[in-house]
Amino acid sequence: MTKDNEKITNPKDDPKVVQPGDGGIPNELPHHSKFIDKHAILEKNATLLLVSSFLVVTIGGIVEIAPLFWLENTIEEVEGVRPYSPLELTGRDIYVREGCYVCHSQMIRPMRDEVERYGHYSLAAESMYDHPFQWGSKRTGPDLARVGGRYSDAWHVDHFANPQAVVPESVMPKYDYLARAEIEPDHIRDLMVTHRLVGVPYTDEMIDAAVTDFRVQVDPFGDYDGLLERYPGAQVRNFDGQEALTEMDALIAYLQMLGTLVDFSTFSADASR
Amino acid sequence: MSVKKKDDVTGTETTGHDWDGITELNTPLPRWWLWTFYATIVWGVIYTILYPAWPLVSTASAGVLGWSTRAEVAEQIAEAEAANADIRAELISTELAAISEDDALQNYAINAGAAVFRTNCSQCHGQGAQGAKGYPNLLDDAWLWGGTIEDIAYTVRHGIRNEDDPDARYSQMPAFGDILAEQEIATLVAHVQTLDEGADPLEGEGGQLYADNCASCHGEDAKGMRELGAPNLTDAIWLYGDSDADLTTTIANARFGVMPAWGPPRLSEDEVKAVAAYVHQLGGGEASAPAE
Repeated sequence: MTKDNEKITNPKDDPKVVQPGDGGIPNELPHHSKFIDKHAILEKNATLLLVSSFLVVTIGGIVEIAPLFWLENTIEEVEGVRPYSPLELTGRDIYVREGCYVCHSQMIRPMRDEVERYGHYSLAAESMYDHPFQWGSKRTGPDLARVGGRYSDAWHVDHFANPQAVVPESVMPKYDYLARAEIEPDHIRDLMVTHRLVGVPYTDEMIDAAVTDFRVQVDPFGDYDGLLERYPGAQVRNFDGQEALTEMDALIAYLQMLGTLVDFSTFSADASR
Repeated sequence: MSVKKKDDVTGTETTGHDWDGITELNTPLPRWWLWTFYATIVWGVIYTILYPAWPLVSTASAGVLGWSTRAEVAEQIAEAEAANADIRAELISTELAAISEDDALQNYAINAGAAVFRTNCSQCHGQGAQGAKGYPNLLDDAWLWGGTIEDIAYTVRHGIRNEDDPDARYSQMPAFGDILAEQEIATLVAHVQTLDEGADPLEGEGGQLYADNCASCHGEDAKGMRELGAPNLTDAIWLYGDSDADLTTTIANARFGVMPAWGPPRLSEDEVKAVAAYVHQLGGGEASAPAE
């Protein structure tokens, strides 16, 4: 045990030990105030500590996250953005399944170099129907937010089959099996209902027509008026150039519409965001 | 409340915790550290006032400085554009054929065009414009749609067979798999393979098939027709290959190469001209028709 030593000043007389009530600004944190000592209660009670920590984190969450749900400038209203068509949505699932987001971002940041290379910076509204969003965080390959229309369908087919055949310096792996994987719209309705659950405004009509819309988007000779009415700007083509409806069709349909929905010749972004 | 204790040796207050006579010192934080700490708190508050931060009723606070990412990027782009504004305006106002007459302008166009090419064109045509199977080489003298700088600029601006631009260059070879018998296609393939060795396009059985089915677009001399994007069949350049399998696919299914339209808004007017000037001087550029 230490003993009180007469040579050492009594803490009350020690100029280094100042309590907030002593007047003036303390030059050190008070070592022992009644308030600080109460902290011992938390330190000695695990459950109380857990509950209190959770409360503190909750406050942080409320301040940082909650306002995004009511602030008007979180997602500006943009004309042209619509939910994905059934085929595009399926292609998007393939994109997620293959982990494309690991090497490709879909987020053109508002910086000059990015705008000059990829086009207009991304708007929040452009990924408002993405669950989960595909912004990504790393670019081994280029950003894909506006890849739609940049390449021909045939290029995508060649490139997926063997990326180095068209871009010799590429390190992208081959995805040739996509062209051999035929797909059926067995679960497309369930997929769309699930997306509706999390907020995508798919109507009953869209869900009822899902299977037809899925097939007709790769059939330029089919009756695709309904599809275009439900999904304005949807592209109808045989994307992979072969008769069978494959994952390649779906993925290319998805890529070819990325970033094409907003007409930037008529849209001017609100500068104060 | 624990009694405040001081360590005999250092004179520093202890925490009051004691393990077999060993006590824990409660050394106070250095004063400079504390003041820095308080300063960061004050700065944090000031910062959120200067810049957009606080969530309010319907919007977030805009910040006293009025700064925004969008305004900043717009400013940076405007600044970069202003730096080259004069020469860009000159490029836009100069006739395509006249660009090469002005050394400074040609120099700018080639360098700006090379940057545009590497960003937007190289994925299909290759980093060195050497092309790939199905994607034309831009270094040689073979041009599907014409090799003058005007032709190149038109192709860049409107693209080929795309659905976005109504002025895109367009032609469609019929899929002869639906028209000719398999044996006829095989004969035609063998015949076409001899054309680059100087054979007469209209000779023999294959020549008859050629005259009936192909000559209207590829010409009786098989030298192609640029108005239709029909390639010259007498040279040794085969965009999709000249093996039996490749040519059979070409004739039976017909190829349908698509190039996107790169005119505004994708590329600006001066970028289109610059990249046309760049491609034109790569090696295969042809002289423009004399002005009338």
